[in-house]
Amino acid sequence: MITIQGKGVSTGVALGPLYFYQRAKSTVSRYTVTDTDAEWARFKTAQEKAVEQLGELAEKARAEAGDEAAMLFETHQMMAEDLDFEESIQTAINENKLNAEAAVSDTAGQFAEMFAAMDDAYFQARAADVKDVAGRILGILTGAVAGGVDSPVPVILAADDLAPSETVQLDKSKILGFITEGGSGSSHTAILARTMGIPAIIGVGKALTPETAGHEVIIDGSNGNILIDADEASRVKMLKKMEEQKKIQALLDELKGKPNVTKDGQSVRIYCNIGSPDDVAAVLKNDAGGVGLFRSEFLYLNCDDYPDEDYQFEAYKKALSDMGGREVVIRTLDIGADKQIGYFNLPNEENPALGNRALRICLNRPEIFHTQIRALYRASAFGKLSIMFPMVTSVWEVREAKKMCERVKKELTDEGIPLDNEVEVGIMIETPAAAVISDRLAKEVDFFSCGTNDLTQYTLACDRQNNDLGRFFNPHHPAVLRLLKMVCDNAHKNGIWVGICGELGADLALTETFLSIGIDELSVSPRSVLPLRQKVREIDVRVVREKVLADLMGDANTEI
Amino acid sequence: MKSFEYTITDPVGIHARPAGVLVKEIKKYASTVTVNKGEKSVNALKLMALMGMGIKQGDTIRIDVDGADEETAAAEIEAFFKANL
Repeated sequence: MITIQGKGVSTGVALGPLYFYQRAKSTVSRYTVTDTDAEWARFKTAQEKAVEQLGELAEKARAEAGDEAAMLFETHQMMAEDLDFEESIQTAINENKLNAEAAVSDTAGQFAEMFAAMDDAYFQARAADVKDVAGRILGILTGAVAGGVDSPVPVILAADDLAPSETVQLDKSKILGFITEGGSGSSHTAILARTMGIPAIIGVGKALTPETAGHEVIIDGSNGNILIDADEASRVKMLKKMEEQKKIQALLDELKGKPNVTKDGQSVRIYCNIGSPDDVAAVLKNDAGGVGLFRSEFLYLNCDDYPDEDYQFEAYKKALSDMGGREVVIRTLDIGADKQIGYFNLPNEENPALGNRALRICLNRPEIFHTQIRALYRASAFGKLSIMFPMVTSVWEVREAKKMCERVKKELTDEGIPLDNEVEVGIMIETPAAAVISDRLAKEVDFFSCGTNDLTQYTLACDRQNNDLGRFFNPHHPAVLRLLKMVCDNAHKNGIWVGICGELGADLALTETFLSIGIDELSVSPRSVLPLRQKVREIDVRVVREKVLADLMGDANTEI
Repeated sequence: MKSFEYTITDPVGIHARPAGVLVKEIKKYASTVTVNKGEKSVNALKLMALMGMGIKQGDTIRIDVDGADEETAAAEIEAFFKANL
């Protein structure tokens, strides 16, 4: 038995084979070949494998979702075997002496262009099908694995760390838990794991060796324990723990439908943070009141080019209509810093966290912002939408962003497109500057939502991605909590509501503090909703408030 | 050779999935099947070219069926269009 200690960032126990993440090659190699027959044979082998994989997917889809779903994969099969497609690849190999990868990539590009140039949006979208099929063949040719997990059974996924775009593309049905070498509790892998409700352990360094691939591993996200080839006694103990967790889950299920109200009658809204419309199912399953943070970045991360208005509109519309009239706060584009996207062509920066990111990009490149705001207002007709701007530091930024909203509302009205004129517009409070001038900002918007990960990083001058900073990165720091109180007071003086949408919202050690300072909404990962509800229902704010505020605002060096 | 004309009623036209269904159907026959729209014509077995014609609801196309089983093939393919497209 090998035991490894890491840092647990998402609770739960999972057992399964250990699997090392395989990174897909991002560039297509291009070279001249002499033996064109051999190159053609390479293509044919890859094509056959792709057709075979698609056939398996079709059967899986048929079993799970019926003939309609299977037909899509069968169509992809036909595209992979299409005569014109094949002929064009053959010409590229035989006449232009290109290697198979380049031949497939070029041909796919031509066909995708043909579809993209058609005058009907439905046909234009088929360019994506061609790219999907070609991507599969390329993946086989280069030995890369689509989605990073090529296993018939679900696995415990080990990686150095995963980029946001990589986590988005993972086949989540194949993952029981995560182990990463680096990372922090605020990293994207950690956030994804919490959203999925599966355990994750980070910061194990080089302790995992490739020889352990495929071995049975048990991970416990509550204490960071990793057991490889566990002995019988440890195995039994961990399986028992898994059972206990299921019981706790069953207990929590009893809390469904109960209000989030304290013993003395103070209520708080508990919402969810999500990263794509697919996460709505988990939000509803855990009985959250709404979505407090919908990160719109996934739309951009999933594309090779700027996502157009219709594509964005469909995604927002789906989330809004699936939430059935419950509030959905969608945050506008928040890239830059640790989330980079190639086609934005952002220059490298020395300090990206302090650089061109989020709303700054949107205000500097209004055409990108305009597309997103139009898609959002069009979707507003299908549910209860609120719009939120990230990374605000000044009043003028908010005014400029709101001007874009007014422009779009007028455009849509003139075009006769239905929209909700009552959409609330709010901002993230995630910089010390925004917190300090929150009295002025409150006059400009309908709500505040505090992003505690960034607020902690900027207030404490601690990079949230740097896992070596450990004890210096302390979200319980009184400077952070005092800023939150200041923001709350200023919001309430101006009659607007204030929430928390950072990881801190789910920290049960702070729930008393949040209720005492008057937070109106806590937005957390779906699995945290019911534990938080349980905690809220145990608190009597009248009893704790005085001490909490004295500890927070007094000059005694308490442990807060 | 047998020919028939057909006007598409499917609201999204011959996009990926219907085109796939059509190719699958046509593979059953020995005859060569050609789809004609205006000046353009393609072999109906060529999925991407077929999709590339951008055939939409309301478009009238002519289908030519040429080969040993053209009698039955044309009748059955016409019935297929009426049922699916």
